[in-house]
Amino acid sequence: MTAETMDAPAVAAPTATPPHPLREFWGYFSANHGAVAGLVVIVAVVLVALLADVLAPHSPYLTDTTIALKPPFWQEGGSFTYPLGTDPIGRDILSRLIYGARLSLLIGIMVVAISIMVGTVLGLVSGFFRGIIEIFIMRLMDVILTLPSLLLAIVIVAILGPGLMNSMLAVALIIMPHYVRLARAAVISETSKDYVTAARVSGAGTLRLMFREVLPNCTAPLIVQASLGISTAILDAAALGFLGLGAQPPSPEWGTMLADAREFVLRAWWVVTFPGLAILITVLAFNLLGDGLRDAFDPKLKR
Amino acid sequence: MKKSALFAAICVPAFLAAAPLAAKTLVYCSEGSPENFFAGINTTGTTFDVTGQIYSRVVDFERGGTQVVPGLAEKWTVSPDGLVYTFNLRKGVKWHSNKNFKPTRDMNADDIIFTLERQWKQEHPFFKVTSSNHTYFDDMGMPKLLKSIEKVDDYTLKITLNQPEAPFLSDLAMEWAAIQSKEYADAMLKAGSPEKVDQEPIGTGPFYLLQYQKDAVVRFKAFDQYYGGKAKIDDLVFSITPDPSVRWAKLQKGECHVMPYPNPADLDAMKKDPNVTIMEQAGLNVGYLAYNTTKKPFDDVRVRKAFNMAINKKAIIDSVYLSTGVAATNPIPPSMWSYNETVKDDAYNPEAAKKLLAEAGVSNLETDIWAMPVQRPYNPNAKRIAELMQADLAKIGVKAEIKSFEWGEYRKRLQAGEHQTGMIGWTGDNGDPDNFLHTLLGCDAAKSGGNTAKWCHKPFDDLVVKAKVTTDQKQRTELYKQAQVIFKEQAPWFTIAHAVQLKPVRKEVVDFKLSPFGRHTFYGVDIKGK
Amino acid sequence: MLRFILTRVSLIIPTFIGITLLTFFLIRLVPGDPIETMAGERGIDPARHELLRKEYGFDRPILVQYGIYIARVLQGDLSKSVITQAPVLDEFLALFPATIELAVCAILFALVIGLPAGILAAVRRNSIFDHGVMGISLAGYSMPIFWWGLILILLFSVQFDLTPVSGRIDVLYYIEPVTGFLLIDSLFFSEDEGAFRSALAHLILPTIVLGTVPLAVIARMTRSAMLEVLGEDYIRTAKAKGLSRFRIIALHALRNALIPVVTVIGLQVGVLFTGAILTETIFSWPGVGKWLIEAIFRRDYPVLQGGVLLLGIVVMTVNLLVDLAYGLINPRIRHTR
Repeated sequence: MTAETMDAPAVAAPTATPPHPLREFWGYFSANHGAVAGLVVIVAVVLVALLADVLAPHSPYLTDTTIALKPPFWQEGGSFTYPLGTDPIGRDILSRLIYGARLSLLIGIMVVAISIMVGTVLGLVSGFFRGIIEIFIMRLMDVILTLPSLLLAIVIVAILGPGLMNSMLAVALIIMPHYVRLARAAVISETSKDYVTAARVSGAGTLRLMFREVLPNCTAPLIVQASLGISTAILDAAALGFLGLGAQPPSPEWGTMLADAREFVLRAWWVVTFPGLAILITVLAFNLLGDGLRDAFDPKLKR
Repeated sequence: MKKSALFAAICVPAFLAAAPLAAKTLVYCSEGSPENFFAGINTTGTTFDVTGQIYSRVVDFERGGTQVVPGLAEKWTVSPDGLVYTFNLRKGVKWHSNKNFKPTRDMNADDIIFTLERQWKQEHPFFKVTSSNHTYFDDMGMPKLLKSIEKVDDYTLKITLNQPEAPFLSDLAMEWAAIQSKEYADAMLKAGSPEKVDQEPIGTGPFYLLQYQKDAVVRFKAFDQYYGGKAKIDDLVFSITPDPSVRWAKLQKGECHVMPYPNPADLDAMKKDPNVTIMEQAGLNVGYLAYNTTKKPFDDVRVRKAFNMAINKKAIIDSVYLSTGVAATNPIPPSMWSYNETVKDDAYNPEAAKKLLAEAGVSNLETDIWAMPVQRPYNPNAKRIAELMQADLAKIGVKAEIKSFEWGEYRKRLQAGEHQTGMIGWTGDNGDPDNFLHTLLGCDAAKSGGNTAKWCHKPFDDLVVKAKVTTDQKQRTELYKQAQVIFKEQAPWFTIAHAVQLKPVRKEVVDFKLSPFGRHTFYGVDIKGK
Repeated sequence: MLRFILTRVSLIIPTFIGITLLTFFLIRLVPGDPIETMAGERGIDPARHELLRKEYGFDRPILVQYGIYIARVLQGDLSKSVITQAPVLDEFLALFPATIELAVCAILFALVIGLPAGILAAVRRNSIFDHGVMGISLAGYSMPIFWWGLILILLFSVQFDLTPVSGRIDVLYYIEPVTGFLLIDSLFFSEDEGAFRSALAHLILPTIVLGTVPLAVIARMTRSAMLEVLGEDYIRTAKAKGLSRFRIIALHALRNALIPVVTVIGLQVGVLFTGAILTETIFSWPGVGKWLIEAIFRRDYPVLQGGVLLLGIVVMTVNLLVDLAYGLINPRIRHTR
């Protein structure tokens, strides 16, 4: 006899009126079990990241060489004090993974935020102004797309110096062309439509047109691309970390943890296995979510 | 049915991977590709390991030692004033041949003159061929030292110096002085491809080059006509394997017989393997953390001492060097003459360190620790050491930020004194304490850069400068011993470790000798059949 | 038709110029220089440093350097490596076959497994098989391949001792490069039977690692292309005519579904090189990816510039060929764009 049961009929009742777009969206989305699973994992990772201080059994930075390279609890010599074992200088791997979740989410979100902002503006600009500006921007994007992306990222990190912030900038740059192309294509297809013409006739300025009329109409593909972009960003940043160019030790970034412990791979399998697994699961979750979002935004594809 | 198919699928690769057998072949898992085949412009051991097999030198270091022994010169005389060296060259020394070049004459004085002059005289047609960066020739001071090189006859050579130089013979035994063929050079110059001389090498050494594939393999064959007699092995193969764990895996499987630079993490397993012996020799090196004594608060000796006491050296040796290093107390390694054993290291004592800091009136100190981005012979992992130091310093209330730059940039900035504390190290090459104490800690070096602590301490400097001009070794030993005492009192460095040269070698390898210079010489080495 | 080809070809010229500009100037911004990097603890005398910079032409105004560089590139001279002093083009050509061999094997691996998996998934839509394939391929798509490589080595080379750990072939086999592709050289130009097997064994793990992402992409792409085609009218007509299910799928649907799949493979080339950089690093595979990474760490400008430029040209050429082939197959594109 609580509010919950009272609510239930209210939801089901207005079947005659068309469903609210958000609810319809959720209907499509939740039918996709993979996408829901992805969402659950992401929520879990976000919670872990937020509650790292509470959840982590140890400090991610505290070294203790007397307990170096302890195996996970189920192996001989392991203990529940260090459930996933310790690294070469005696830090708790589980705690480092937990704090690493913060970094990976930060990387994913920051990188996508930067490249969406810059990319969308560039795309809108080249779509609206056309001519030489468009040629310049789009050729530059072609060049970025032509070069092997990791190589370009490495060169940029070499210029800026290795580090978390710089590797984020590098990755943001290499995934940017997708957003530029997306935004430009949207602008070109939208500007020929009536409502834009109408707005233009009624005296709306270009800036206003760009941000008030056209942009909201290409948010759906941008959101899908963003969700997929987060997974690319996490992967690429981890690859940079693996090559020693990303976040620097003692930062518990997952790729950096892998690179840092690589020499112990023959002696202690857990030092490389768990960080990689963490990357895989997180990236997979974002990809599942991205797939689900795309299908939900575009029900036609579902058939 | 299905099961057996699966079984076959798994087993086939194992069968595929089976290695072939070859007679008297020694495989060395080297750590990288040689840069090219002209020893004169290179500085890396990786390149010297290759050129060392192909070329001979006028004189050599004895195998496994630092003693100078005859090479292409059978004997030599030095004039009483130490200025004129006369070399009597060996007769009948044959050159290798390849598809472009068949030698018509034996090695003679012209070849030695060619080798020295191409690095010395700017107008020489080969001065700029491949590169004019003749690093060691310049670093050893040859341009200033050499006065003339004359050919008396085909097998007699006279070298005149501008001033006496005791280590001159040792200099000639170094890799940069690998003798190349003048006849080959002339032929290639005529053919319009002089750079071939340095890409397709012709030497007089115990092995000739059969094949080189970058990043994959260097293949040598024993040279039948080598003046010292044919090598005991027939084929020598360098399997280029950059990853130390992979080198170990290959050594374990018998895919190679000798490997350099083992991964410290794998040493325990290596010691347990009955097929492998680990050869060990103390290296001529030191790794340290230099305090910038010109910057506050490191101008105060109490702060430096406090840091020395705060950092747990044993933990660093145990978890980073493992068994590849010994804790360093003095700036020179224990194997070097004049090493002062009575000097006591600052003991690890965070409490005392805290007190000392308070005494110096320093609180809430924020500083930096520079860590080089690359592995060096004296420091296997500077960043990991920095992490340990950072944690140790946090315990005495010091916040330290780890900084790193690209390697070339790193050394430059460090020598310019931009750091507060920074890790670096040194590998000596002539075995003299002067090469450490004056080069790294003297007042001159504080100005020119080599002294990264920027530490100019008059009493210390007086001692090492005096030792430099003294000829009596006993007196010099005394002076250097005193200097080490002052060094420890003043603590311009946190001395970390002296790295030990470790070489895992398979049991079937006979008579492989470690070189104090870290070279790998395979002439004289044999391999037992299985 | 000719016009179509010409416009397409002319479109890549600005991209080419863009690549030369970008690589040249980006690389100049990298701090540190090769001469300093090589000098080590010893450092280098400033006067000699200056002399060497002059010799490499690093002392000239940067625009002049660029001009000289471009003029030389157009004559096919990509200048010399600062570290090894060997011509960049020679080094590239010596190492590129190893990369190609690996890349081709990876693509073949991806096709051989990805195509049938994708087709079956489409035919048995929404079956457990379909969900399984899609799930696994998404996992493959999300794979950090540098980690994947380590895990495979740990399992198959270390734990079970089935595959070699690194390299292209057992060093005891002496094979004179004829084509540079070891599989071909060892099969046709070596009397030693074991050589081919050894080369093959060395290829297995790197192929799997590099092929994982393309495999995932191909399986997913094949499935969706097949689904699209299976819904078209002519398939329904064929069904109505009573053609067998196998014939419909194999003859009609597959042929049309393959067009987008081939395009995707063509566009995977750039991705493949990115993967090759990591794969070659893990397996000590002597190809161009590893070479370029080393060049960055050693500040070897000419190698980096030349290598990136050459890889860019390869990617552009493949993209162009795919584009042209696509245009040939599908006339609509020729006219509309």
